Amino acid sequence: MSEGTIKKFMFVNRTAPYGTVYALESLEVVLITAAFDQDVSLVFMDDGVFQLKKGQQTKGIENKNFSPTYRALDGYDVEKLYVEGEALAARGLTEEDRYDVEKLYVEGEALAARGLTEEDLLVDVTVMSRAELGKLMDEMDVVLTF
Amino acid sequence: MLHIVNKSPLQRTTLESCLRVAVPGGAILLIEDAVYAATRGNAAEAQLRDALSRFKVYALAPDLEARGMHERVMEGVATVDYGGFVDLVAEHKNCQSWL
Repeated sequence: MSEGTIKKFMFVNRTAPYGTVYALESLEVVLITAAFDQDVSLVFMDDGVFQLKKGQQTKGIENKNFSPTYRALDGYDVEKLYVEGEALAARGLTEEDRYDVEKLYVEGEALAARGLTEEDLLVDVTVMSRAELGKLMDEMDVVLTF
Repeated sequence: MLHIVNKSPLQRTTLESCLRVAVPGGAILLIEDAVYAATRGNAAEAQLRDALSRFKVYALAPDLEARGMHERVMEGVATVDYGGFVDLVAEHKNCQSWL
């Protein structure tokens, strides 16, 4: 990839984890995209909000519990940002920073419909309304749905 | 008859179809993404709550645990493990998987 080509990628996660392979596949593509220094946003809507539910224990179904990876996304970026410049060290990330690679957005209505609140989620997210999400989606260069 | 449902009630209409045609007195086993139907606070809660008066409803515990939803099972729904799943199939004269 040529230097300086940064596109705005959005990954729209709409499926519950484990029932299908979509959630895990999305996560893998997100990590690859982030590795190419792209501007990555993650949206969780519909049943996709279940991917972020705390307390997942997959021993019984003999599947890999990939939910801790959502927490690792942040660490991945902080480390990378630290290399980019000390001004953005540690917790200095802001929403408007263009190098803030992992942005997590959740549709508020989808949470409510599932009896969930932000406290049920394993990472900090920005809860947005449908209208706000649509606007954000409109600003992207590439949108991929899983 | 044992009805086995495996799709989320907020994503697919499988549970709705099952409840529409199932003969009262039968049993419904929720597995995989269908276990979300058995949790408190979800938008389809009333649908299943209403069905509890007509059917015995079960949810597969390992699937609830995998999804972090094992502490939110609504009252009246019994949880079973894989052994319980097998018992349910053996106890009923026939079963249908609503894919």
